[in-house]
Amino acid sequence: MTESTPLWEVFIRPRNGLAHKHVGSLHAADAEMALQAARNAYTRRGEGNSIWVVASADIASTDPDRNAEDFEPALSKVYRHPTFYNIPDGVENL
Amino acid sequence: MKNANELFAALLELADDHLVLGHRLSEWCGHAPSLEEDLALPNLALDLLGTARELYASAGAIEGRGRCEDSLVFFRDEREFRNCLLVERPNGDFACTVLRQFYFSTFMKEYWRRAKMSASETIRGIAGRAANEASYHARYASEWTIRLGDGTRESRSRMDAAACELYRFTGELFLSSDAASACERDDLLPNRAAIRNEWLEASSRIIEAAGLDFPKEEFFLEGGRQGKHSECLGHLLAEMQYLQRSHPGAKW
Repeated sequence: MTESTPLWEVFIRPRNGLAHKHVGSLHAADAEMALQAARNAYTRRGEGNSIWVVASADIASTDPDRNAEDFEPALSKVYRHPTFYNIPDGVENL
Repeated sequence: MKNANELFAALLELADDHLVLGHRLSEWCGHAPSLEEDLALPNLALDLLGTARELYASAGAIEGRGRCEDSLVFFRDEREFRNCLLVERPNGDFACTVLRQFYFSTFMKEYWRRAKMSASETIRGIAGRAANEASYHARYASEWTIRLGDGTRESRSRMDAAACELYRFTGELFLSSDAASACERDDLLPNRAAIRNEWLEASSRIIEAAGLDFPKEEFFLEGGRQGKHSECLGHLLAEMQYLQRSHPGAKW
């Protein structure tokens, strides 16, 4: 069955207000069955209160061969992290 | 407590239904057609087992002879089991397993929903959780019924065969034993016969959506509530009870 049935990526939201997080993937014939399988495979211990499934084939991804040009330029730019500001005394919630 | 004997007997019938079907589903563990179903079926089995445990515990307390869940499950013989015949049917192929679940859960979903209005607080408590689980089980089995009925020529013919084969065992769902009838009169448990129309409506809707013919069988098999079982139950119990019978009181 698993060779012919499509692959789905599963996203679970642990609590209201949080974002859905990728937890894994599974095989299912269609979206409804994928939700059902996700419920059984990934929420047995109360992991969440909402499930998304997305057909893996519908996900566009960056090309691992271009990792160098895509991501390395960011590694050398520490000034993009907001760690160079002096926080004035008395500001509590920043 | 008024009608304690009847309530004990009626709870035992319900508990046996859940235990035996739960055990049947657990037989799929490690053998299901896909990894996804290998997780789903034991999940359902554990839901049913959980409900069975609550029912046995309540029944044992009502009986008041000190019988716990384990003694009711492991130390009663086949003729003392009061489950309906449908739940003891062998797993067969996946179509049989799905249809058996579909027929049973479509009934239990409505049964537990009504049991939430029981006059007994204990039963209302059990029904609250069981109703959610039965609703999910009915949905699970319905989705599979639709996809297998509306699938390939082979899946369709297997579903057709399973739908007819198992339909004969559904009549018993709507029959109440004397004990259950007494509890129904006191509003402790929902009236089984009254669920028939809802069940027919819900199940024919799904069977139709699956492109299958709703079985026209009018001859129904019964006997489970009187302890008259098919030969399948003895084999199931032999496997389930073996350890406790050979080593009474054995613990993990």
